[in-house]
Amino acid sequence: MSRRYDSRTTIFSPEGRLYQVEYAMEAIGNAGSAIGILSKDGVVLVGEKKVTSKLLQTSSSTEKMYKIDDHVACAVAGIMSDANILINTARVQAQRYTYAYQEPMPVEQLVQSLCDTKQGYTQFGGLRPFGVSFLFAGWEKNFGFQLYMSDPSGNYGGWKAGAIGANNQAAQSILKQDYKDDITREEAVQLALKVLSKTMDSTSLTSEKIELAEVFLSPSGKVKYEVCSPEALNKLLVKFGVTQPATDTA
Amino acid sequence: MECVFGLVGNGFAIVVADTSAVHSILVHKSNEDKIMVLDSHKLIAASGEPGDRVQFTEYIQKNVALYQFRNGIPLTTAAAANFTRGELATALRKNPYFVNVLLAGYDKETGPSLYYIDYIATMHKVDKGAFGYGSYFSLSMMDRHYHSGMSVEEAIDLVDKCIMEIRSRLVVAPPNFVIKIVDKDGARQYAWRESVKDAPVPSA
Repeated sequence: MSRRYDSRTTIFSPEGRLYQVEYAMEAIGNAGSAIGILSKDGVVLVGEKKVTSKLLQTSSSTEKMYKIDDHVACAVAGIMSDANILINTARVQAQRYTYAYQEPMPVEQLVQSLCDTKQGYTQFGGLRPFGVSFLFAGWEKNFGFQLYMSDPSGNYGGWKAGAIGANNQAAQSILKQDYKDDITREEAVQLALKVLSKTMDSTSLTSEKIELAEVFLSPSGKVKYEVCSPEALNKLLVKFGVTQPATDTA
Repeated sequence: MECVFGLVGNGFAIVVADTSAVHSILVHKSNEDKIMVLDSHKLIAASGEPGDRVQFTEYIQKNVALYQFRNGIPLTTAAAANFTRGELATALRKNPYFVNVLLAGYDKETGPSLYYIDYIATMHKVDKGAFGYGSYFSLSMMDRHYHSGMSVEEAIDLVDKCIMEIRSRLVVAPPNFVIKIVDKDGARQYAWRESVKDAPVPSA
């Protein structure tokens, strides 16, 4: 029955659903997961790398984390080629704002602007929606550190902790149990890695399979976005005792 | 012949504009308010082509309001000034606005500020600025007497000195001026300086 309403993105089904948008979310459910946690002094993003091969040149580029502007970064889950288009769009939108106002674009406005773009693909044009979900992490002087989650429908929300990609529901429920409002950045890193180790279905956790990035303020007050180096990440994994996966998943 | 000038004091900014609306040799009215309240804590004093002046300042005012409705936070004075400059710059090589603007504002974090933006989209953040023939006199007066951190009384005294200079030395000097101030309590009219009042209409 639903097959009649699949072929065009821009029509509702009789039950009032947009199937193409839901199918896009299905695609993301098979992609590598990403988790974001908001803390008092920063935002932590971790991601599960799906493409692991010794032949992969990993020195300079990241698979899951991208910098949008000096004060905003994002983690992606879903179809990477779709993600690249949207990341570029977000970067242009951020610069366009700074060109007009000579100030960094407020994080929520950036997310909203990108989501407006995504929404367009669910209403007109006859093109399929983007198969990407985002976790945006940023800081600005109005509202401090912020974490936003957005999906192919163009909906977004501000979150204290969120997960996208594979097993995101399991990750989200663990986060709900273990998150505290006054969590510090270091505790957030630990929690993120712990949750990832529980929800990833791989034999062992090494720095080859995950990425970690943090958005925080330097002592001088500038926003910093730093991707953890593989060596440092390995040390953290050992320190928090998550190199072996947990035997049970929540 | 339009005189607009302004200065920054201790926790406030003042802008002054003449109030004559002139067309060739005729004075339409002598109580035209050329200082628009942009939002709760911003003033924009404009001089230039009358149609452009109103059109442009209203356009900026409505865009500033739209930003606040959309995003729940007001623009900072610097952002509003850069936006204004951007609009002048975009229109410049197609359909320029002949409007010079002094944008004064107060931000909680950074205090009072004044931006000089001329019709070809030059922008400077200044402590004192002026446009028009009157600027020859008001700038010289302010250069002589201005110091940073003036009180409101000192600033108004300086403003009156400038107005006196314009009235006595400019050949077709505008008779009336309006003074507006912006500080932590907001943007509002401070005073008028009138030397010619409209003749009262005889009542029936």
